Amino acid sequence: MTGINWRGVGAIFHVEMMRFFRTIWQSLASPVLSTVLYFVVFGAAIGGRIQSVEGVEYGAFIVPGLMMLTVLQQSVSNASFGIYFPKFSGTIYEYLVSPVGWIEVTLGFVGAAAVKAILIALVILLTSFAFVGVHILHPFWMLAFLTLSALGFSLLGFIIGLWAKSFEQLQIVPMMVIMPLVFLGGAFYSASMLPPFWEGVAKLNPVLYLISGVRWSFFGLADVPVGTSLTAVALMVVVCLGIIRWIFATGWRLRE
Amino acid sequence: MAAIIEIDRLSKQYGSGTKALDDVSLTIDEGEIIALLGPNGAGKTTLISVICGLVVPTGGTVRVGGHDIRRDWRAARKLIGLVPQEIALPPFESVMNCVRFTRGLYGMAPDDAYLERILRALALWDKRDAATRELSGGMKRRVLIAKALSHRPKVLFLDEPTAGVDVALRREMWEVVGDLRREGVTIILTTHYLEEAEEMADRVGVINRGQLLLVRPTAELMGEFGRKTLIIDLDEALNAVPASLMGRGLELSADGRSLRFDYDTRADRTGIARLLGDLAGQGISVRDVSTRQSSLEEVFLSLVSEEAA
Repeated sequence: MTGINWRGVGAIFHVEMMRFFRTIWQSLASPVLSTVLYFVVFGAAIGGRIQSVEGVEYGAFIVPGLMMLTVLQQSVSNASFGIYFPKFSGTIYEYLVSPVGWIEVTLGFVGAAAVKAILIALVILLTSFAFVGVHILHPFWMLAFLTLSALGFSLLGFIIGLWAKSFEQLQIVPMMVIMPLVFLGGAFYSASMLPPFWEGVAKLNPVLYLISGVRWSFFGLADVPVGTSLTAVALMVVVCLGIIRWIFATGWRLRE
Repeated sequence: MAAIIEIDRLSKQYGSGTKALDDVSLTIDEGEIIALLGPNGAGKTTLISVICGLVVPTGGTVRVGGHDIRRDWRAARKLIGLVPQEIALPPFESVMNCVRFTRGLYGMAPDDAYLERILRALALWDKRDAATRELSGGMKRRVLIAKALSHRPKVLFLDEPTAGVDVALRREMWEVVGDLRREGVTIILTTHYLEEAEEMADRVGVINRGQLLLVRPTAELMGEFGRKTLIIDLDEALNAVPASLMGRGLELSADGRSLRFDYDTRADRTGIARLLGDLAGQGISVRDVSTRQSSLEEVFLSLVSEEAA
C-alpha cells in the first residue's frame, strides 16, 4: 500500500453526507418523533409508577438507552444502505476500478454513517431536555462511547450492506437482531433489576455493555465495569474491520 | 511509441470451469486506438474488466504504464478511465456532482474549469445541474464518458460505447474519440458496430471463446482478408449467365442488367481481366465497372468461421 487516498475518502464521505442533508427533515423527524413517543410511553406512563432507578429519575434514566437505540439503528441502516445502493444501481464499479481500497471505502461510508448517527443522537439528547432534567457527569466519555458505538455498528451495517443481495436482506438483520438486542440490552431498565439468572443471560448481550457505558457517562451508574464496556466495543470494531478487509481482499460479493 | 499496456498470458477461469480468457497476450502502444471484436461471450468485456480491476484473473499478468495491476494497483488504476457497457449512474445526483465525485475518487484536486471543458466538449454543460435520472440514454452515456475522463486518464476503456444510441449520437461519439486521440489518450474499445472499428481503430483484435485470434492494423486486416466484389453494369439486359461463363461464380442481378463477381485481393490472379475479355468475346457490352470492399463484419465472420473449422 502506498498511503491512503484521502481525497477518495473525502469524495465518498461528502456524497454520503450530502444525501443525508438533502433529506435532513425526514432524517431527523422520524427519530425525534420516536423519542417523544418513548418519553410519553416509558417516561410518563411507566415512569409514573417507577419513581427512580438507583436514585435516578426514570425519565432521565432511559435517555442514554434511547440515544443508544438511535445510534445503533441509524448506524446500521445508514452504513448498510450506503454501500448496498451502489451495488443495487450498478455504480459500485466506480469504487472497484478507482485507486481506493478497503480502507478508503470503509472510512468514507462508515465515517459518514457514524457521523450521521451521532448527530441524530445529539438531537435526541436535546429533545430529552424538553422532557426531563438530565445532567451528564462525564461528557467526554459520553461522546467517546457514542463515537465508538456508532463506529462499531456502522461497521456492522457496512458488512450487512456488502452481504445483502436484496432490500429484504438489508432489513432483516436490523429488525431481527439489532432491535431485540437493544431492547434486551437494558435500554429501559437496569440489568440489576432482573433476577440473578436473567441478569447473567443479559450479560451475554454485547449491547448491554454499550448502553451500560453510556449510562455510566451520564450518571456514574453501570451494570458492568466501564473498562469491560470499552473493551467490548473496541473488540467489535476490530472484528468488523477484519471481516471487511477479508471481503475486499477476496472480492466476496464484490468482484467476479 | 512506448507500450502503455502489456498483457502477458492472461487467463480467467470461473468456478464453473468456463474459460473466459485463455492465455491472452497483447501489447498496446501509447496513443493507439484498438478495437476488440468478438461475438457475445467471446471475452471482450472480461478482458477489460480484468485490466480495470473488476475481475480477478486466474493467471498471467497485466502492466499499465509499467505498473502491475495487482501489486501496484493504485498507480495502475490512476492511469485508467472506464466507460462500462451498462449505464450506471446515481439517479439523484447532478451531472456536475457525479463528475466531481469521480475526480475525487481518483485522488485529484478539484478542478471545475477542467470539468467544464469536458462537459462542454460532450454537450453536457447545459445539463450540469440536472439529476442524471432526468437525462436521455445518450446523455447518460456521455456522462459516463465525462466521469471516465474527469481525472485525465492516459488509457480509456470504452465497453460498447455506442450500444443502443442513435446514428447521429454515434457519430458524435466518434468525434469525441477522435478528439481524445488527438490529445494522445490510448483507447481500447469493444463494439458490435463493426464500422465503428473500421472508422476509428488503428488496430483490430479479434477475440473468440476467450482467445485472441489475431491483432492487426485495421487497414492491413482489410487488405489481407478483405474480399472485393466487381460489379459489371451491362448495356443490355441478359436472361441468364451465358453457358460459357458458368462456373466462374458470376451472379446475375434480378433485372439482368448487372453481373457480380467476387474475387480475392490476395490471389495472384484475380480473374478480372480474363472475365472482361470473355464477356467481350461473347459480344456482351459493358457500360460501367465498379468494386466494393467487403466490410469488417464479413472479415470478422470469415475469421471466426475459419477458427471454428
